[in-house]
Amino acid sequence: MASPKQEAHWQKTKGLMLLTLAIWFFFSTVVFMFAADLNNASFLGYKLGYYMTAQGSMLAFIILIFWSNNRQEKLDREFGFSDEDREED
Amino acid sequence: MAKTSKQFIASLPKIYGIYTGGFLVFILLMGFLETRGISGRNIGLMFVGFTILIYALIGWLSRTTEVDEYYLAGKKVPTVFNGMATAADWMSGASFVAMAGGIYFGGYTYMAFLIGWTGGYVLVSTLLAPYLRKFGCYTVPDFIGARYGGNFARFCAVLILLVASFTYVTAQITATGSIAQKALSTPEFPVSFAFGCYTGLVTILICSMLGGMRSVTWSQVAQYIVLIIAYLIPLFWISWKYNFGIFPHVMLGDEVQRLAALEQQYGLVRHTKEVLTEAKIPNDALGNATSLKYIVGGHSAVPAGPEVAWRYISLAICMMVGTASLPHILMRYFTTPTVTAARRSVGWSLFFIGLLYLSAPMLATVSKISLMDPNLPTAIIGKKISDVMQIQWVQNWVAVKQVVIVDFNKDGILQLSEWFMNEDVVVLATPEIAGLPYVISGLVAAGGLAAAMSTADGLILAMANAISHDVYYKMIDPKATVRNRLIVARVLLVVLGFAAAWITTKGLTGILGAVAWAFDFAMSGLFFPLVLGVWWKRATRSGAIAGMLCGLIAGAAYLVWVGVPNKDITFFMGATPWKDIHWIFVDNLRFGIPGALVSLIAMVSVSLVTKPESKAVMDMVDEVRIASGKTVIRNA
Repeated sequence: MASPKQEAHWQKTKGLMLLTLAIWFFFSTVVFMFAADLNNASFLGYKLGYYMTAQGSMLAFIILIFWSNNRQEKLDREFGFSDEDREED
Repeated sequence: MAKTSKQFIASLPKIYGIYTGGFLVFILLMGFLETRGISGRNIGLMFVGFTILIYALIGWLSRTTEVDEYYLAGKKVPTVFNGMATAADWMSGASFVAMAGGIYFGGYTYMAFLIGWTGGYVLVSTLLAPYLRKFGCYTVPDFIGARYGGNFARFCAVLILLVASFTYVTAQITATGSIAQKALSTPEFPVSFAFGCYTGLVTILICSMLGGMRSVTWSQVAQYIVLIIAYLIPLFWISWKYNFGIFPHVMLGDEVQRLAALEQQYGLVRHTKEVLTEAKIPNDALGNATSLKYIVGGHSAVPAGPEVAWRYISLAICMMVGTASLPHILMRYFTTPTVTAARRSVGWSLFFIGLLYLSAPMLATVSKISLMDPNLPTAIIGKKISDVMQIQWVQNWVAVKQVVIVDFNKDGILQLSEWFMNEDVVVLATPEIAGLPYVISGLVAAGGLAAAMSTADGLILAMANAISHDVYYKMIDPKATVRNRLIVARVLLVVLGFAAAWITTKGLTGILGAVAWAFDFAMSGLFFPLVLGVWWKRATRSGAIAGMLCGLIAGAAYLVWVGVPNKDITFFMGATPWKDIHWIFVDNLRFGIPGALVSLIAMVSVSLVTKPESKAVMDMVDEVRIASGKTVIRNA
């Protein structure tokens, strides 16, 4: 059985997963439900709907992964489950 | 030689730094030779020959006789380098050669692929990569076999892996073959496509056979460096040459607006099916031009309406979920030193992939404006057709039937809708169009080859490893010696490679061709069994088997039912008016949606009616969920 510490760690991990996927869903799906409307606005001289598909969402994914990984690593350290210092397994 | 030493890992930045510098010097040297009158063909040949030689050398230097090295590169690949290797593994010949062209003609709707082929990494990083690394598996079916137990579950996973990877690999060999053919042919010694394929295959095998994952990893890093240099140099060069901006990615706003104005000026015309057929432009049942395309939609326009939005989103979802289920990508994260490193290296993978994918729409923009803007010396639209036909690069591509001009209104002036071009030409010809020296075209050929080879390498290795490790070692002969296991793995590499090349040269790729299908097959069969194996303790063996088989069968059945509109394949229902029968616009590129839905329903319902797994399995899942501690299974 999972120890209470493991259980608490997993609950927090799950929370972070859901948050990450919600942001992912926003940039991969929700944005493109409204892309035609977004195209009336502009960003850096590009139409916004075009910009989101050409660059915006991709940049968001890259930042999202690094951000979410940092959060997860903090979580692992907090509960003492980190393996960053390990050399061999 | 046998084991990856710490010293070697520490000196990697230096090794690849020297390699990158050496490659840049080589480009300059070729540029110098070009000014000395060496022919363009010989320069192309030297580019392709030199890079292939380097990859083969890396493959040979990384040879090994240890299983951990052969299957997992010794689990010592540093995060950033694994990111580069994954990026090369990921970006296929299609990403390199066809993507900018697809955006050039398809505009917004095509760019769903950009989102689909990047967003999936968020799923890989949060749902799968760190947990699979903690498991310590050699292959993706190895995880299924260990988590759910039993040879049958393992076998189902191998089956899906083979279907998805084989679908994918033929497209890579086609790309390798056609680039090798172009590079090797001379007027005196014309080389056949088949010869190009087999030459490409031999180099692919040299990179992978002697050292398995270890060889493939280090040659993929080298291939990434070549392909990214080859993609970015033409883009930045053209952008500087015509003053579009020092940094094209953030400074092409004006050009994109200018394109919209030019489109209005020239007018966007859509030809009817009859007009296209009469002009001998290949087209499908709906009157869409197939192999030779013309510009139909606006460059930065987003068509309104729920149908367009749904088609875009459904394609993006298929590609994203497919990404998270493709075994040749997932297995790259088994090679990192720690679980944390696996997670971080997903971020680096997407960063390195992004360098190319963020550039593709920009390359499409500069390429299009070079042809359309009358203020630029390179423009052809709006010029006299007789003048355009005098241009050297136009003649070259017309001669191989990749470019066709049809004067529909008989006014002798080239209109936007009278210029037909193969998508691949956009990347391959843009340096020529913009008047860059030939050395850049040679560089682009080397880059395309690197992209196709690195993906083919990863795919063939994934298939051979699954059969040698999961079928031969785990199911047929668990007492096999290390020597025999590695011999079997290598023989399989050669056999699978030649089988794929044979199918490619026989022209059967029309059946297996679509790269998107590989994603749909993988997501239909593997996504939920993999994810729920970590995230849902209640998932049982019977549930997983049901999920894999029902998903794969449902996906494949849907594909056959919906058919392929563009190809005359008789056993599909391609000949029937497919538009009437497909379900809420889910066509052959999106069959992963029904497949994965069936897989999820089958897996959950069967799991719930079967007995929960034993305490040992529950403990194993608990162990997988934390980063620290030893790997769950040990193969060596």
